[in-house]
Amino acid sequence: MSQGVVTASYVGATILFILALGGLSSPETSRRGNIYGITGMAIALIVTIASVTSNVEILIGGLLIGGSIGLVLAKRVQMTEMPELVAILHSLVGLAAVLVGFANFMDPARLEHYTGVELTIHDVETYLGILIGAVTFSGSVIAFGKLSGKIGGNPLLLPARHWFNLGLLIASIWLCSMFIDQSAVGGGLNPLLIMTGIALLFGIHMVMAIGGADMPVVISMLNSYSGWAAAATGFMLNNDLLIVTGALVGSSGAILSYIMCRAMNRKFLAVIAGGFGTTTGGSSTGSDVEQGEVIALEAPEVASLLNEAKEVMIIPGYGMAVAQAQHIVCELTKALRSKKVNVRFGIHPVAGRMPGHMNVLLAEAKVPYDIVYEMDEINDDFPNIDVSMVIGANDIVNPSALTDPNSPIAGMPVLECWKGKTTVVLKRSMATGYAGVQNPLFFEENTRMLFGDAKSSLDTVYKSL
Amino acid sequence: MKIGIPKEIHDAEKRVATTPDVAKQLIKLGFEILVESGAGEGSHFSDTAFTDAGVTVVEGAKKIWEGSDIIFKVRPPEFNSSLNSEEVDLLHEKQVIITFLWPAQNPDLLKKLAEKKVTALSMDSVPRISRAQKMDALSSMANIAGYRAVVEAAQHFGRFFTGQITAAGKIPPAKVMVIGAGVAGLAAIGAAKSMGAIVRAFDTRPEVKEQVESMNAEFLELDFEEEGSGTGGYAKVMSKEFIEAEMALFAEQAKEVDIIITTALIPGKPAPELIKEEMVVSMKDGSVIVDLAAEQGGNCKLSEAGIVKKVHGVSIIGYTDLPSRLAAQSSQLYGTNLRHLLTDMCKDKDGNITVDMEDEVVRGATVVKDGKITWPPPAPKLSASPPKPAEKPKDVKPSEVTEEKPSWLGPLVTFAVGGLVLLGLGSVAPASFMAHFTVFVLACFVGYMVIWNVTAALHTPLMSVTNAISSIIIIGAILQISSGESVIMWVAGFAVTITAINITGGFAVTRRMLEMFRK
Repeated sequence: MSQGVVTASYVGATILFILALGGLSSPETSRRGNIYGITGMAIALIVTIASVTSNVEILIGGLLIGGSIGLVLAKRVQMTEMPELVAILHSLVGLAAVLVGFANFMDPARLEHYTGVELTIHDVETYLGILIGAVTFSGSVIAFGKLSGKIGGNPLLLPARHWFNLGLLIASIWLCSMFIDQSAVGGGLNPLLIMTGIALLFGIHMVMAIGGADMPVVISMLNSYSGWAAAATGFMLNNDLLIVTGALVGSSGAILSYIMCRAMNRKFLAVIAGGFGTTTGGSSTGSDVEQGEVIALEAPEVASLLNEAKEVMIIPGYGMAVAQAQHIVCELTKALRSKKVNVRFGIHPVAGRMPGHMNVLLAEAKVPYDIVYEMDEINDDFPNIDVSMVIGANDIVNPSALTDPNSPIAGMPVLECWKGKTTVVLKRSMATGYAGVQNPLFFEENTRMLFGDAKSSLDTVYKSL
Repeated sequence: MKIGIPKEIHDAEKRVATTPDVAKQLIKLGFEILVESGAGEGSHFSDTAFTDAGVTVVEGAKKIWEGSDIIFKVRPPEFNSSLNSEEVDLLHEKQVIITFLWPAQNPDLLKKLAEKKVTALSMDSVPRISRAQKMDALSSMANIAGYRAVVEAAQHFGRFFTGQITAAGKIPPAKVMVIGAGVAGLAAIGAAKSMGAIVRAFDTRPEVKEQVESMNAEFLELDFEEEGSGTGGYAKVMSKEFIEAEMALFAEQAKEVDIIITTALIPGKPAPELIKEEMVVSMKDGSVIVDLAAEQGGNCKLSEAGIVKKVHGVSIIGYTDLPSRLAAQSSQLYGTNLRHLLTDMCKDKDGNITVDMEDEVVRGATVVKDGKITWPPPAPKLSASPPKPAEKPKDVKPSEVTEEKPSWLGPLVTFAVGGLVLLGLGSVAPASFMAHFTVFVLACFVGYMVIWNVTAALHTPLMSVTNAISSIIIIGAILQISSGESVIMWVAGFAVTITAINITGGFAVTRRMLEMFRK
């Protein structure tokens, strides 16, 4: 196939990818967008495979094996496990970038193609591709471990972790210059391998130092890295399709990270540097004094509250995902809506463990998406709400974020449910949220607590409706 | 412990300090209840109803006063003509009396109570803090008074409240002005509004504006800066200039409105005079003034406590027993307030109370403890609402300013640095690299524009689909797979396999998720 046709197909694939992302601007267009994405990928694959001259059987074998594993994974995964799946898929992109980088480096034709400045640039591209790929890989594996509970969610804080990171950075820059020098004379494998080790270590350390509540930021950041890894590989291979796609994915992840950070009122760097609340913690203990008594309710009382309400707002959090309560929430919603109660959902951007996590869970349970609102859309409506139900959320409804400047979560935008008439909080116990901050909401006089597992509590509420 | 409820002896007082419903709850707490026969008559609770609730009905007040450990009353103790004795004198040592005492107005009564070595809790001294709202009898009585004030006004007004357009002509709606938007004022606003009147309200405390407007009434504002909020959610005495501006506003409104309901009270002080005689003169014939402060001297000079007067064609209602005119309900609410207070004092639910002076609520309410006057209590710690909401914006502002300042400098520096970096790169890098670099930068911008349009609800599908398309890295592996070197071939083959997982997995799971997003 002529180079012109290949390039034209790549342009087509690029456009289809952009359309795929553009389609996600609304649920109606998103399904078509996904088809665009699949088409783009198919075009890119077909024209590339057509230029393969030998070892086609391995290629096809790899595609078939990998493809079927992917399909099975996608079929089997629980919607509550989406963050884990996304994390592990990220790690595969990172690993692939490392492998392609090494394969490219080992290709002897490399020294014939490039000389002088071009070789240096090519080497830097290879180096960067492997570096970012390795960080993505190990970081995603650790993120997967944390999300699936195989590794503890608490941040691991090494004593001099900032110096440690700085040391790793300097080491990789120094190794880069060594690699460029040696690669010009045909060597350089050792610096490259050492750097890969360092990058893997860096990825592990980076994610280990981040607490569970910051997972949405980490996931979107790793998403971004996987894009940049693809872009670096594109530079290395002189392939515009890879560059464009990598840049799209990279900026997508970066924007998501930014949105998540803003939703928690945290600086991106502070999240990456790790250790939630370590800089401001301790000073918040003063606010613990001002506690009161909580008013606990039984499920039938909650049901009668809901029966009398006209406007109900449901605020789900990670606890709903853990308890797998989304289906009963949907049943409850249906029952209330048939009684002409206006039920809406208020979603905080960082509710759950990845961006949009709650939306996906609610969609899975067949909650119509037009009653699911973002925080900014509904936060002003709370004064008109009769009953707000907080299901397994804590920090995102903590009024001290607005009132207590010493709180570790000060300034974080929160769902102001306490402005409504009544708030019912479903919770297993009085434990604090991920931020480790006591929540004054529970002691508000218009707050009622419903203790117990969210799913079984809601079951009883539903039955008593 | 035994709780005794004597019949109220104050003239025309119809309330009773407990009702059968409340008594049941008190018995659950372990108390024994004695009620004087006929105590509930005025509020339509018969002796049988009390007996059915498990209450012992006793003939004669004397037995009640003698035989009980705790006395519940509505009105302060006074002279009982049938027993020919002061009620205070009927008390005995260690007894606890809980009622409205108005300690600021009745210093002599306090002294007498102290002499009798009793403990007295005054329901009007319960501090106004969130926890004590359920025992706030002033609020529950004020609420009833506010409602009844409108009913009384309607009785004497002789015209419609609501506006109507009928075949026989147009009826304009009545205009009501409520002065003082506390609990009573708000209740009056609500009642007048639901009867169809046009309601305006005035209060010296600016924070109640929202509450007034939430009831669809108009909040009258002065063009004058002064904060009228005192501690505990009450109003304080205002400056002379403020009062002048206020008077001008009332004089102007008086000419226009049909009904004025005044509820302005400052704790421990005579009621402020707000409606002067000339304002009454300027009102339309047939107008009504309801002065809820008549007992404390009245907001209108012409009002007389307890009666309705017709002056200059205006009916001035000075009833002081408005809650008593809705006796059943006010007894029920007052009784519930008492019960809440008692629940607070009876932590073990064993029918015994402790007067815990560490408890902020009990401390506030207790005016005499074992023969010692403990009034006034130390100042309450918290106001019902933050005292100066104006401070908050101040705190926020500086941070906003600091964030805004570099806004013009920031981009300039960024552009300068970015430009220099680009130039530096361009001067060393070969043309082919710059071409790719151009594509890269443009793609970043396209990505930026496209991603901001993605709705927040679809962020998870966005991540899985970007995941799938970032597997385009497979192309690199495919290109390498034809290599003659077997190591490269196997590495590339492995890379193809794992990226293939990613492609199908990413797209399939995205599809699965998007299928779920249905209206």
